[in-house]
Amino acid sequence: MQRLKPVDVVIAGGGFVGLTLAKEITARTSLSVVVLERGQPRKLSDYAAGMDELDYALRFRMMQNLSEETATHRHSTKASAVPIRQFGSFQPGTGVGGAGEHWGAISYRFYPENFRLASFLREKHGNRLPEGLAVQDWGFSWDEIEPYYWRAEQLIGVGGRAGNLSGKTIDGGNVFEGPRSHEFPLPPHKMTYAATLFEKAARELGYHPYPVPTATLSRNYTNPDGVSRAACAYCGYCTRYGCMIGAKAQPTNVLMPVLAKRKNFSLRTGCSVRRVVHSGGKAEGFTYLDAAGNEFLQPADIVIVASWTLNNARLLMLSKAGEPYDPATGKGTLGRNLTHQVSQSTRVFLDKPLNLFMGAGGLGMCISDFDGKEGVDGFPGVLRGGNIRLMTTGEGPIGGFGAIPPGEVEQEWGSAWKKAALAWHDRSAAINTEAEHMAYRQNYLDLDPAYTDKYGDPLIRMTLDWTEHERAQGAMVTKIQAQIGKAMNGRVAPPNSRLLEKYTVTQYQSTHVNGGAIMGTSPETSVVNPWLQHWKMPNLWVVGGSAFPQNGSGNPTLTILAITLRAADGIINRYAKHPGGLA
Amino acid sequence: MKRREFLTLPAASLGGVLFYTLAGEPVRLEAQSAEGSAPIQVPLRFFTAAEARVVQAACDRIFPSDENGPGATEAGVVIYIDRQLAGPYGRDKYHYTKAPFVESVPEHGYQGKETPREIYRAGIQKLGNFADVPAPERDQRLKAIEKTTFFRMLRQHTIEGMFSDPLHGGNANMIGWQLIGYPGPVMSYRDQIDQFRGEEFRRKPVSLSQIVGHPVAGWEDERD
Repeated sequence: MQRLKPVDVVIAGGGFVGLTLAKEITARTSLSVVVLERGQPRKLSDYAAGMDELDYALRFRMMQNLSEETATHRHSTKASAVPIRQFGSFQPGTGVGGAGEHWGAISYRFYPENFRLASFLREKHGNRLPEGLAVQDWGFSWDEIEPYYWRAEQLIGVGGRAGNLSGKTIDGGNVFEGPRSHEFPLPPHKMTYAATLFEKAARELGYHPYPVPTATLSRNYTNPDGVSRAACAYCGYCTRYGCMIGAKAQPTNVLMPVLAKRKNFSLRTGCSVRRVVHSGGKAEGFTYLDAAGNEFLQPADIVIVASWTLNNARLLMLSKAGEPYDPATGKGTLGRNLTHQVSQSTRVFLDKPLNLFMGAGGLGMCISDFDGKEGVDGFPGVLRGGNIRLMTTGEGPIGGFGAIPPGEVEQEWGSAWKKAALAWHDRSAAINTEAEHMAYRQNYLDLDPAYTDKYGDPLIRMTLDWTEHERAQGAMVTKIQAQIGKAMNGRVAPPNSRLLEKYTVTQYQSTHVNGGAIMGTSPETSVVNPWLQHWKMPNLWVVGGSAFPQNGSGNPTLTILAITLRAADGIINRYAKHPGGLA
Repeated sequence: MKRREFLTLPAASLGGVLFYTLAGEPVRLEAQSAEGSAPIQVPLRFFTAAEARVVQAACDRIFPSDENGPGATEAGVVIYIDRQLAGPYGRDKYHYTKAPFVESVPEHGYQGKETPREIYRAGIQKLGNFADVPAPERDQRLKAIEKTTFFRMLRQHTIEGMFSDPLHGGNANMIGWQLIGYPGPVMSYRDQIDQFRGEEFRRKPVSLSQIVGHPVAGWEDERD
């Protein structure tokens, strides 16, 4: 192993989190920053030639190579885990930009009480909370995180319509959202026919539809860093693809143009980080292998773990950087509070063509009348809700083929099936939901005892299953989905509620897996403090979705960016000047 | 070295040109009669000629050519499947394939050791003289294996071969896209996105290589 010359800051992971930290640190300090990324660089020109549904949306050409590394899953500690051999209920990325290249750019904020959820639920329900509920407060308030949301929205160029501007409710936005200090940087998109049908039906039912906030630009935009990008062209090759014109915010088009000019920044691709090296309460750096298999130690004063949720937690576990969580005793912190998201959808069949091949990852209309704390009191057993929305993300000809109202054909092949599939083609849309997933004592991460990665290191093991609460959430939102579908004059198919009977790794739900190295107010119950600094090693930072104590509804990337920008302020304004624990 | 195997097709069977009548009914026009034009010989990458015949016959029952338009045979679905199996997908190159292989609950998906190539080889063998029996008997045989991994793959791959970009070997002359009115990977709908409200937006499809102006290699062409 070769010991390299020390640098000031070393970061594991070249996605949204790692590159945002690198951009902030190199802009505002003279510290030298090295980012280690296991995958390869990406170019805009790759993405035009990548407008191919088969390779990218079905074979997942941009995703983590599962033959090298995957996760295992079991439903409870009583079962043994098996590997996720093929994608998958979630889709981690790889390469420069990470999953931030293939995301859909949907950019919701969480609600103010999400950040103090344990306190909120105790105040509301006292001790009448479900057995095993392990939700926690994040350790900061809405007023503390709101400025970072605003910075994140400007960075990536979020378009939408405010529903609450400094306490004033505005019709046409999400009237249930936390107060915003500013209107969105960009207006909402033009809306597709299918989404306007949803909007009209929802409004007639007395709900409050609003355009889904999204960072696929609704206009040409120049952000505060001077990075200019073109407006979205609605080509529909969006989620699971890289954007060929740079309209969808991606680390390669928002962050790399700035970083490429910085002399104190370097990016090493093809470099797989293996361990955080540490002793005596101090992180020394990372060991990593380059593409040729040479092993290095990169020492640094500040060491930042900034990869995707499961990879963050796993790197800490492999490095023995924290006390592993034990669900039997509730002791230990590393691996606790694994959450995913409660996904449900209802298909609505309409009598008109919808041209669903046009679209963008975040293009759609939404209601939040049953989201957060809203609407749930009419549904016994439901603590928190989820968004209900119709998205026109760009439907491919393979994935979009074969949606037929239930009972219409006897078998799913042959002439009769073909006839029905052609007749119904492009005449149905899904109303879907992502609801908050509570943390539970029994859902957690540890290292798998049987399965290993390409280096022989143990895979991460997910112990995760749904509870009655998620099934009650599902029943609530699918009831409303069907109600809106009928109000759209559609034929409504039964929802996919089987998805919540047992956690299923084969059906895509979202890549919004969170937790495992959570933030909190006490080292007894969290791995990092509210600045995302390791409680036991003040020069080690663990940044990303891994820090969420539980999941919100909607897509978490904007919240990840907000806590990342806040962590950057902690590092730059406080830690770099006076090293030590910030909390 | 393995003897090269070919799939032999009558020239008029592959692709063709689709038109929509005013009533929206697809009508296929043959470019020319089969007589007088030499058959097309497609080199196979994975299947033997005999295997390709069986797969083609099966795909043709899954997505038949009938009064509702062309099917798997005209789209060249068997060529698509042959290339997929020959490429990284066929040998599970990007799937996790480490032991131990244990049976688990359905929520954990396919946990078997066999690759798509092996599943096809075994499945084709079981179909026996499938290509030589009449259509009703073919349907019966497929019905009998409907729940198997092999059939589920075959059905999914047939849809993929119908509607994936022609660069992958199927969807010949974009016949699948014409059938469903898919315009191909068009770079911009800025002027259309909020128009055509409940009406079809239809135009002659374009393929990815036509859009970008050069041939595009699919993942199946990746060298090991």
